[in-house]
Amino acid sequence: MEAVKFENVKFAYREDEEDFAVNGVTLSIGEGEFVAVLGRNGSGKSTLAKMINALLVPTEGRAEVFGLDTADSKNTFEIRKSAGMVFQNPDNQTVASIVEDDVAFGPENIGVPREEIGRRIDFALNAVGMQAFRDATPSRLSGGQKQRIAIAGVLAVMPKIMILDESTAMLDPKGRREVMDVIKKLNKERGMTVILITHFMDEALEADRAIVMHRGEVVMDGTPEEIFSRSDELETYNLTLPRAAYISKKLAEGGMPVKGAFNAEELAEEICASLQKI
Amino acid sequence: MLNDVTFGQYYPAKSFVHSMDPRAKIVLMIAFIVAIFLAKNFFGLAAVILFLIVAVAFSRVPFGRVLRSVKMILFLIIFTAVLNLFFYSGSSSYKPLVDWWIITITYESIINTIFLAFRLFLLVMGTSVLTLTTTPVALTDGIESLLTPLKWIKFPVHELALIMSIALRFIPTLMDETNRIVAAQKARGADFETGGLIKRAKAVVPILIPLLVSAFRRAEDLGDAMDARCYSGAKGRTKYKKLTFTWRDLIGLLFVAALITGIVFLNIYLGGKFEILGYFL
Repeated sequence: MEAVKFENVKFAYREDEEDFAVNGVTLSIGEGEFVAVLGRNGSGKSTLAKMINALLVPTEGRAEVFGLDTADSKNTFEIRKSAGMVFQNPDNQTVASIVEDDVAFGPENIGVPREEIGRRIDFALNAVGMQAFRDATPSRLSGGQKQRIAIAGVLAVMPKIMILDESTAMLDPKGRREVMDVIKKLNKERGMTVILITHFMDEALEADRAIVMHRGEVVMDGTPEEIFSRSDELETYNLTLPRAAYISKKLAEGGMPVKGAFNAEELAEEICASLQKI
Repeated sequence: MLNDVTFGQYYPAKSFVHSMDPRAKIVLMIAFIVAIFLAKNFFGLAAVILFLIVAVAFSRVPFGRVLRSVKMILFLIIFTAVLNLFFYSGSSSYKPLVDWWIITITYESIINTIFLAFRLFLLVMGTSVLTLTTTPVALTDGIESLLTPLKWIKFPVHELALIMSIALRFIPTLMDETNRIVAAQKARGADFETGGLIKRAKAVVPILIPLLVSAFRRAEDLGDAMDARCYSGAKGRTKYKKLTFTWRDLIGLLFVAALITGIVFLNIYLGGKFEILGYFL
């Protein structure tokens, strides 16, 4: 069964308006996939994300999570249990002043027994590598650490899908790396379905699949390599290439015989190879 | 200036007082306040101070840290003390020291002022010991537990406790935000340091408005984050932290009971606060 299935989904923030933030999206995401959703500000990617865990309900069309219709309020609780969401601002997601209490918040809400909550906190903090901070105060942690705590808080509910809505946008490069490592591990080792909303092209490279949104519509869908090899098309949606790809493209344009590279290692190899040819 | 606020700030440590049940600590604090106002003479007050020193010693919070919490309301204490010194209206059995215009200073008013200042100091320090040794979460858990009987009259105990813990959790965040806004407004030439009272009060408006706007934005984000983590009110909710009453709490309560009894005895045998004047004059 598909983890997420959208059928011609439209969403408008105001009922009387014809201005759809998401405008006719048909999409399906399989279990265990790692999908990056790319797009400029206002492309509708965050709105799309919020529809996956029923924070928003489609104005038109049908959105399903594991076969459950998100429009039916009876399903909301089950959907939120299976699709966890981490948000952009690390400061605005914690409810408690102590890490373990915050991680416990989700399991408490779904009525997990006390002893089991303790085990889940262990598991979740372990998964994000924050077990040493169990008694710490979130406000004294770094951005990356706070965001890992937010991920742990979601993990403790034991969802099958993890949605990250620009969760790395407010972090420094180090924090971004920490968060990316954690979610990659969750996807590879635990088979977690990951939906990563981002405007960092380099992050999209780590996904199995990339979706580009523009003005509320899905305009590109494929492997990150496929998407980034269509650089002219990307440009029309105001998106750039990952750094290494951009450099290799510029080098090629300047007459250096390099093929498209997507990460630093590939780029280095290409440059070495091309230097040997000269 | 804003980082000095220790009030409501937890001081992490492992100690006797830290590991006490928050309910016991709340009861203890209330009893402590009662003791402060029950003490009628300096010996009673000394007993209260001794109790506080012992409590701080057992909490392993540096004494300076506890004292720092008084700084915030130091002005208030001085203000009340001065008013009290000048305008004390109790009867005096001794000749006034100063009697000028509407200001009268008597021996009694001096003693009364010292008493008042001590009481306010002890009040703030006592409550600080509670907030320094109890996490805001434990504190709200404690209050929630103590208020549980009110559920019978449909009082939203859980919601109130959650609101309090979230408010406490956002204090440092909003404090940082305030500092940022102050810096941003200063960078644009705002002046917070000069001018009279009214000018300064007006200068606060460009801080408060962005702060309020951002608080609402944060509230919206937090609401989404809570929804996404399946929050749906008190119904069907479990609690991870369980409060347990231990021997520590019993010792604490016995200790404060001893304090109150002692003060009552001191009141009976040593009389009121003005009797000390008889020894000197």
